[in-house]
Parts: sequence; C-alpha cells; structure tokens
Amino acid sequence: MSVDMRTYLGHVELINPITTAAGCAASGSELAQFFDLGRIGALTTRSITMAPRAGRPTPRMAETPSGMLNAVGLQGPGVDAFLERELPWLAQRSVRTVVSIGGGTVAEYTALARRLTDAPGVSAVEVNLSCPNIEDRGRVFARDGAASAEVVASVRSVMRYDVPVVAKLSPDVVDIVSVARACVDGGADALSMINNPLGMSIDTEAMRPSLAAVTGGLSGPAIRPLAVRCVWQVHAALPGVPIIGMGGVLTGRDAFEFILAGACVVAVGTALFHDPYACLRILRELEELLAARGFHRLADAVGLAHRPPGAPTRHRIDLEESSL
Amino acid sequence: MRKTPVTPVQVTGTVLTTRRVDAYHALTVVAPGIAERFRPGHFVAVAVGGAQTSMLTRRAFSVHDVKPDYGGTVEFVFAARGPGTAWLAERRARDTLDLVGPLGRPFPLPRDPVNCVLVGGEYGSATLFAVADALQQRGCRVDFVLGAASADRVFGALRARRMGETTTLTTEDGSLGLRGRVTDVLPGVIADVRADAVYACGPMPMLRGVTAVAVEFDIPVQVAVEERMACGVGVCMTCVLPVIGDDGVTRMVRSCVEGPVFRGERVRFDDVGTIPFDALGAPGGGSRNNVG
Ligand SMILES: Cc1cc2nc3c(=O)[nH]c(=O)nc-3n(C[C@H](O)[C@H](O)[C@H](O)COP(=O)(O)OP(=O)(O)OC[C@H]3O[C@@H](n4cnc5c(N)ncnc54)[C@H](O)[C@@H]3O)c2cc1C
Ligand SMILES: Cc1cc2nc3c(=O)[nH]c(=O)nc-3n(C[C@H](O)[C@H](O)[C@H](O)COP(=O)(O)O)c2cc1C
Ligand code: FES
Repeated sequence: MSVDMRTYLGHVELINPITTAAGCAASGSELAQFFDLGRIGALTTRSITMAPRAGRPTPRMAETPSGMLNAVGLQGPGVDAFLERELPWLAQRSVRTVVSIGGGTVAEYTALARRLTDAPGVSAVEVNLSCPNIEDRGRVFARDGAASAEVVASVRSVMRYDVPVVAKLSPDVVDIVSVARACVDGGADALSMINNPLGMSIDTEAMRPSLAAVTGGLSGPAIRPLAVRCVWQVHAALPGVPIIGMGGVLTGRDAFEFILAGACVVAVGTALFHDPYACLRILRELEELLAARGFHRLADAVGLAHRPPGAPTRHRIDLEESSL
Repeated sequence: MRKTPVTPVQVTGTVLTTRRVDAYHALTVVAPGIAERFRPGHFVAVAVGGAQTSMLTRRAFSVHDVKPDYGGTVEFVFAARGPGTAWLAERRARDTLDLVGPLGRPFPLPRDPVNCVLVGGEYGSATLFAVADALQQRGCRVDFVLGAASADRVFGALRARRMGETTTLTTEDGSLGLRGRVTDVLPGVIADVRADAVYACGPMPMLRGVTAVAVEFDIPVQVAVEERMACGVGVCMTCVLPVIGDDGVTRMVRSCVEGPVFRGERVRFDDVGTIPFDALGAPGGGSRNNVG
C-alpha cells in the first residue's frame, strides 16, 4: 500500500514533505550528482543576500556530540548571480524551490523580495530572520517579534500573492510563540523552525575557541528535542499555520516526530553532510513508517501528537482554538 | 570555474586489509564505483563511528592507491588523531565502511614528457604515488622530496626510491635523511634535475614554502591543500580558502570541489584563515560582518 505523501505549503502543493534546509544544499547542483532533485518536495536555497558575501574566516566548522557548529556567515554570490545562474538551473529541472533570503535591514529584505517577484521558479520565499539588524545595534531580527513582523510584512507586501512567505524562527528567544504570532500577524503564510541555536566549543589542544568566529550555529540531532518543542508549542498556539520543521532530522522516524508535533514539511540539513542521499532515504523511511501505522495520507499525521490522552489515533482532531 | 570532472558515488565498502605503516594506518577497502573513477589527487569522504554514531561529519582522506582486485579497491593512509581516525584505526578485515568518492579535482598532468619534482610532507606523500605513476606513463621524469618531523612519519620512502630517479628525504630531527625541511633541499633538487614542474601535498605551511620555491624558479606548482571539511561534496561551505581566479579576483572557494588541487601561486597562503579585504564579497566592515 502506498501513502499519499502530498502536502501543502500555504496553497502550494508539494509532492512530498521533504525539503533541504537553507544553507545545507548549496545551489542544488552538488546534490543533483547523487539524486534527482525533482523527487523531493522542494529544495531550499542557501540564504540569498543582495551583494556577494565572502562569509566568515576558517575554521568555520567544529564537530560536537551528535551535531556540529558552523560559522559560514552566509557566503554566497549575491542575488544577481543567483537569478542569472542558480535559479534558472533549478527552474529548468522543474525543482520546486524555496528561496531563502537574508539581509541586515528591512529595506534589504524588501529589495530582495522585489527582485524575486518576477523571477520564474520561486515556489516560496523563506525569510531568514536570524541575521543581525544593523539598524538596531546588531540585534538579531528573530529575537524580536516586532522587528521580525516588520520584515515579514514588508516582504509580503511586495511578493506575488501566489508565492507563500515563510518566516524562519530562531529558538534563541524567551517565547517563540509570541514571535511566531507576530510573524503570522505580519502576514507570514507559514513558519519554519528552527534555525541554529548559538553554541560554542573550545579546542582543548590549542586552548582556544574551535571556530574563528568564536561562536557558531549548532545543528544536528543535538538540537532535535529543542526543535520539536518549538514546533509543538507553535502548532498548539497557531494550529492553522503550516510549519516547516527542522533540526537534526537524520531518519524517517525523526521526520515523523516533527510531523506529529505539527510540521507539514520537514527540512533536512546537517544529515546531508553525512549522507548525500539523506532526503530520499528519509522520505522512504517516513512513508514506510506511515504505512506501517495504517496512515493513508501524510496529512492525517500532521500534529497528531496533540490529541488529548485517550483520543483515537487515526483521526486527526480539529483543534478548536484559532489565533488567526 | 572549472567543473568537477567525475560524478562521485556513495558505496558501502568492505575492508580488505589493514596495516600499520610506521606512524600511520593504511586501509584497503573494496569500493568498486570509486576505484574505477579514480584519478590521481582524488580523495574520499568516509563516515566514521558506525550507524548509531554521534560523529556526523565525514572524514576526508586522499586516495593512496587503487587496484582492480575484487572489482576495485581503494587504499588510504591516515594518522590517528581525533575520535574519527581513532575509530578507523580499529577497523578490521571484513568490516564495512561508508565512503563517498572520488571527490575533488585531480592533479592536472602535463601534455609533454617533462621533469617533475614531487614533494610530500607527512602522510601527504600518500597521494603522490598515483601521480608519479601517471607522469611516468607519459614519459615524465619523476624525482621525490619527502619530509616529516621524524623518521617514522616520512611516508613512502621505499616506494619513492623504487619509482623516482632520485629521492631526497628530510626530517626535522635528523632521524632520517637530511636534517631540516623539504623546502631546504627543494631548490637544489629543482636545479639538479632541471625540473619543469612541481607537485606537492602536505601541511599548509609546507605547501606555502614549496610554492615560494617554485615561484622563485618560475615553474608551475600544483598543490593539494587540506582544509577542515564537514561534507566533502560542496554543500556545507566550511572548507573555503582564498584563491585568485583567472580573472585576478580573489574568491573564498571550496577546497573540496574547486580543490583540493590548486595552482600554488593562486592560493593566498598568507591569508588562509582570514577573509582578505579585497576578496569578492569581503565585509565592508562593521556589524554586517556578522550576518547569519
Ligand atoms: C582533501 C583532504 C585529504 C586528506 N587526506 C588525508 C590523508 O590521506 N591522511 C590523513 O591522515 N589525513 C588526511 N586528511 C586529514 C583528515 O581528514 C583529518 O585528519 C581527519 O578528518 C581528522 O578526523 P578526526 O576524527 O581524527 O579528528 P577531529 O578533529 O575529531 O575531527 C573533527 C572534524 O573536523 C574535521 N577535520 C579535523 N581536522 C581536519 C583536517 N586536517 N582536514 C580536514 N578535516 C579535518 C574532521 O573531518 C571532522 O569532521 C585529509 C584532509 C583533506 C581535507
Ligand atoms: C552549514 C550550515 C549553513 C546554514 N546556512 C543557513 C542559511 O544560509 N540560512 C538559514 O536560514 N539557515 C541556515 N542554516 C540552518 C539550517 O537551515 C537549519 O535550520 C539548521 O541547521 C537545523 O537543521 P539540521 O539540524 O537538520 O541541520 C545552516 C546550517 C548549517 C549547518
Ligand atoms: S567540505 Fe562541505 S563544502 Fe567543502
């Protein structure tokens, strides 16, 4: 028996719920050497910036228990090169593409969104809010609901109506639900979580920080419980909002955990460094797992763990509270 | 940018033999798809720690040797350093190993039969023998200069003596060959053999020195660099270093896919570990440096 794996990001239909996490699939062509990108629900690009960026100095990476720290610093060729080369490459292959954007000011995000408006092949725009707001003493946008909402509202206002705007949230906040709510109020069609929490490791041989940038983003299974908690809390508060869940997904079981917590799309990041075929393997494992539990549709499993104790397993309960 | 010439594959290899070579370990792995695609200079990215491991990033190793036996074997040589290489050192015959390869850009070979000096530092020599073989097949003369801190860390001295016209060995403690570094003897070797090109693999400071010597003699030098890598396939952007392009512009390029082999004079060795101010996309200063 097969399971209907289709899912929706806003009103955009994806053939299945697996996507790559921003910054973990470069421009797509590297992974295309291993598998057909058209077989995954969507490919999420690295965060595109207005100008080319050289990123941070090396070492940019340190392995940590069940995870790693990275301080890449949004290295990329800038939006012009992206629109000239990378996006058309993906569009020609009919790869559904979520374009992640990053900026230091609201105006920069807006300008990026404007550039993407007429570009063919943009299935959704993901707003990476984990960038420092250069107008606000370098405070990260995602740590402040109002600043995040301002970016989202501005991007939403210039983006084509049929392209969903996804706000990507950071777990490094006191109350992720309030930031999520602010983004939805600002016009986000979907939410994506979690971006890397900030971490650090010290090389005990050199007796210095392992990363040149001192601190870096933690990713991999080490952050999965943190990510599942965030998805759970936000889905409970905003049950109608589609969520892209991510953070340490290595297996189909991990993806299923996010789906049960309330995600309708699951992104795979660090696992791709370990296994370039991770997306397809996770998709297959997830489908097998759903089939083994008697699901006919992936959609029936989304948020299922929120049902009250004792409620029947198979049928999705309609949560009554709606904050929309 | 040049394109990666071969498509890498992921294979579950079976360890055929393990052996100690002085300070190093050598693993021969049955890895069909990889062996047949191999060209000198390629490397493999190996998953370590087994299925339930907490070590998520792959370890990169240059391929030392490939043989057609058992459908294709690859051999790599490594120093047990951290937890990943310690785990690899415990592998035994018939254990399985998850490899991705062949990766990276191989060494470009000269069209004409010319004189080549091959310079290896520590386990970096391991990658040079396949190069030597390919060069000799093209009628090139091959001379070796191998060095390390101490005698047990000079890899491949015997094989170099068999293959090379001459082999010069250096150790920093003087326990083998001449006391000193490869760069101390390299000018003499280049002059003696009238070298037309240099090939080098080893620690970054050595590559920097070798490049300086070759530049002095005005002969081309190909170096295989080693940068901290997480994926080896070009998706994580962690392995970058500043390299000057054909257009004269410095870019932070990925050593796993644009390298690991570069023309020595194109690598800005003095600026490795920094973002040179004139690199494409270098921060204009201030807090924008912190984005992401
Ligand atoms: C192209 C290339 C070829 C290499 N060939 C060889 C070889 O033939 N023989 C050999 O002994 N070593 C080689 N190395 C270095 C080897 O990859 C590292 O020594 C090894 O990854 C260390 O792993 P670990 O678990 O012992 O150490 P840890 O320090 O615990 O490793 C943690 C993480 O950092 C990465 N890392 C640490 N040091 C290095 C390094 N020097 N280069 C790249 N990544 C690093 C590891 O891959 C791992 O992801 C090569 C590296 C590169 C980039
Ligand atoms: C090397 C690396 C680069 C990343 N780059 C970006 C990026 O450009 N934009 C972004 O929004 N998130 C970026 N992320 C965060 C991931 O998209 C993802 O949110 C996070 O790593 C958690 O998922 P994982 O544990 O599956 O990797 C990056 C993560 C890593 C490891
Ligand atoms: S190691 Fe991942 S891009 Fe080079």
